[in-house]
Amino acid sequence: MAEAMMKPPKKTLGPIAWMREHLFSSWYNTLLTAVIGYVLLTSMGPLLNWLFFEANFTGSGPDDCTGAGACWLFVSQRLNFFIYGFYPDELQWRVDVMFALLAIAFVPQFIEGFPGRKWLGIFGMTGLPLIGYFLIPGGSFGLEEVPSTKWGGLMLTLILAYIGILASLPIGTLLALGRRSEMPIIRGLCVVFIEVWRAVPLITVLFMASVMLPLFLPEGVNFEKLSRALIGITLWQSAYMAEVIRGGLQAIPRGQYEAADALGLGYWKKMGLVILPQALKLVIPGIVNTFISLFKDTTLVLIIGLFDVLGTVQSTVTDPAWQNVASEGYVFVAFCFWVFCFGMSRYSQNLERKLDTGHKT
Amino acid sequence: MKTETITQSNDSRPAGPKPWYDPRVRSIFFQIVAIALVFWGGYTLVDNTLSNMESRGISTGFGFLEESAGFGIIMSLVPYDATMSYGRTFWVGLTNTLLVSAMGVVAATILGFIIGVARLSSNWLVAKIALVYVEVIRNIPLLLQIFFWYFAVLAALPTPRQSIEVGGSAFLNNRGLYVPDPVTQDGFGLVWGAIAIAIASVIGLRLWAKKRQLATGKIFPTFKVGVSILVLLPVLAYFVAGSPLEWDVPALKGFNFRGGITIIPELAALWLALSLYTASFIAEIVRSGILSVSKGQTEASHALGLPNGLTLRLVVIPQAMRVIIPPLTSQYLNLVKNSSLATAIGYPDLVAVFMGTTLNQTGQAVEVVAITMAVYLTISLLISLFMNIYNRAVAIKER
Repeated sequence: MAEAMMKPPKKTLGPIAWMREHLFSSWYNTLLTAVIGYVLLTSMGPLLNWLFFEANFTGSGPDDCTGAGACWLFVSQRLNFFIYGFYPDELQWRVDVMFALLAIAFVPQFIEGFPGRKWLGIFGMTGLPLIGYFLIPGGSFGLEEVPSTKWGGLMLTLILAYIGILASLPIGTLLALGRRSEMPIIRGLCVVFIEVWRAVPLITVLFMASVMLPLFLPEGVNFEKLSRALIGITLWQSAYMAEVIRGGLQAIPRGQYEAADALGLGYWKKMGLVILPQALKLVIPGIVNTFISLFKDTTLVLIIGLFDVLGTVQSTVTDPAWQNVASEGYVFVAFCFWVFCFGMSRYSQNLERKLDTGHKT
Repeated sequence: MKTETITQSNDSRPAGPKPWYDPRVRSIFFQIVAIALVFWGGYTLVDNTLSNMESRGISTGFGFLEESAGFGIIMSLVPYDATMSYGRTFWVGLTNTLLVSAMGVVAATILGFIIGVARLSSNWLVAKIALVYVEVIRNIPLLLQIFFWYFAVLAALPTPRQSIEVGGSAFLNNRGLYVPDPVTQDGFGLVWGAIAIAIASVIGLRLWAKKRQLATGKIFPTFKVGVSILVLLPVLAYFVAGSPLEWDVPALKGFNFRGGITIIPELAALWLALSLYTASFIAEIVRSGILSVSKGQTEASHALGLPNGLTLRLVVIPQAMRVIIPPLTSQYLNLVKNSSLATAIGYPDLVAVFMGTTLNQTGQAVEVVAITMAVYLTISLLISLFMNIYNRAVAIKER
């Protein structure tokens, strides 16, 4: 009876209890909350004002910016340049088609139970680059040719990242297999290749690709700047990819190799059908991390004179017609990258949970 | 005839499969092919390069390192002027790279540990702010962050005449941060001596305290006493020697500040961006390291009667460090390599000075690129080596 009469303990539920537990649990937590709360309150107001409330969204030119807040007009007026670079206006539909195909291939990957997700993904890895190969540069099927010097902006960033990712995955896999090989010479060559590329900064690789590659090639053979950058990026990225995949290969128990041998499978069948599918699945987070870092590193091509999305913005923020628009430009680029990188990392976490077959306990 | 019979009698394997089905034969064959390909590739590259360089009139060899460089560098730790050689520009670039890397490693480690611990704070606000920091900073390219600090923040600072003054002796403006430079006078040797004695006695104290603790179990407050010795002894020596230190305070002369130590905006922007960016990765490493220590360890430690502070210091952190060290090493390596982005804003690091200006002036691409890559290779190997030695010292000793 006495128990039934007892009142429930006070303040274990509800917002006040939550705050007591999470914000004011001790004197120093209270102090921290107070200090951080003060800083947040005083800084968020001006920040939001700058971003939205006092910002200029509409107008026709630099004169419509009041200067009180951000001048988003700068971004919207230059958006075409930021996305397509110098790609001719009337041919931009080709790039739009590629953007659309990219979205069709990869957005469904985030939606649970979307029909044909797997096939769309495979299309993204095979058909999409093939279509892009003919569509973006043109020059065949009656399409007008657009030299790679005119490509730029977000489109160039995506091309660099996409080709880099697509090429470094198989090369990295081969290197990883080579490093785990029982043939000492092949193993040695792979170790040297991987360690050298991993130890040097991407900038030096890009410099090498842009100044030394022409010297390496026989006379008459020449790649344009973009291909040279792509070769550098791919070599560099493959070394990182190889190490990630090697981690996965090492995690596969010996019994799996022995079982494949016992079935009489040859080397490539053993690797392709038994070992690699398990190893790659294990290291998906690592692979996606490598993708993310590659995606961010594509910005470095601006140092060798290619106009990726950061390059296009960087080249316009100093335009005398607009004043003090650097912050706006950088916020725009940061937002572009953040959306892609954050999306990729969330997708990999999702995939990791879904593919987890309990082997990690 | 004779040899044939011997081979036949020695071959114990049944005469069935052809030699190209034998894994050993195949492995030797593939390796010979690999070596041949590498040599052929190497030969072609060298041959092409030599003939290309000859046809373009590019000289070869490292003789250019002796030639006069003839260009100025905005910041150098070693004495430098434009009449000095390309070999000297290499040293200027290298020391500048090492400076910003060292500053970055220190700042990123401190900040990273603070944010990593904050991610696990029981205070909801602190944990969420740390989370937002990590998710925002690490998903934005480093180059963009360097540009942001350099072009959007530091360039927006006032001109030297309207400098922001800190305590009357430090000045901040769009040409950099100017702080007083300590100039040692006669008699400062006494202070150096006191510092040396203080360090030696703290090391001795620590060894003694550890020995005593192992023998008797009594804990000596090594940290408090050690810090007191380190602070008091040099301060005492400083006053005994008659305050032998003068400050070279920067002062506005004409259009710019003279005297003091100048931190140029290029260095400041690069340092800020490198530290803040790397800290976001270190924070995640620290967090996962702490989380990897099972709760049972904390509970067992509490059950033994150890208070919270000692539990953290003696039980949790040593175990977390084992998980933290290897990825932390990679982050340090990344930071050193990322310092090469300096070239984008004109901080005179190795890549900017040597691979940029020197290469452009001499045209000796092969030598310059090879030297630069060799330097980074050496730095990477050295960092890995030291961290591996440390790692081995803290790793679990299994018997």
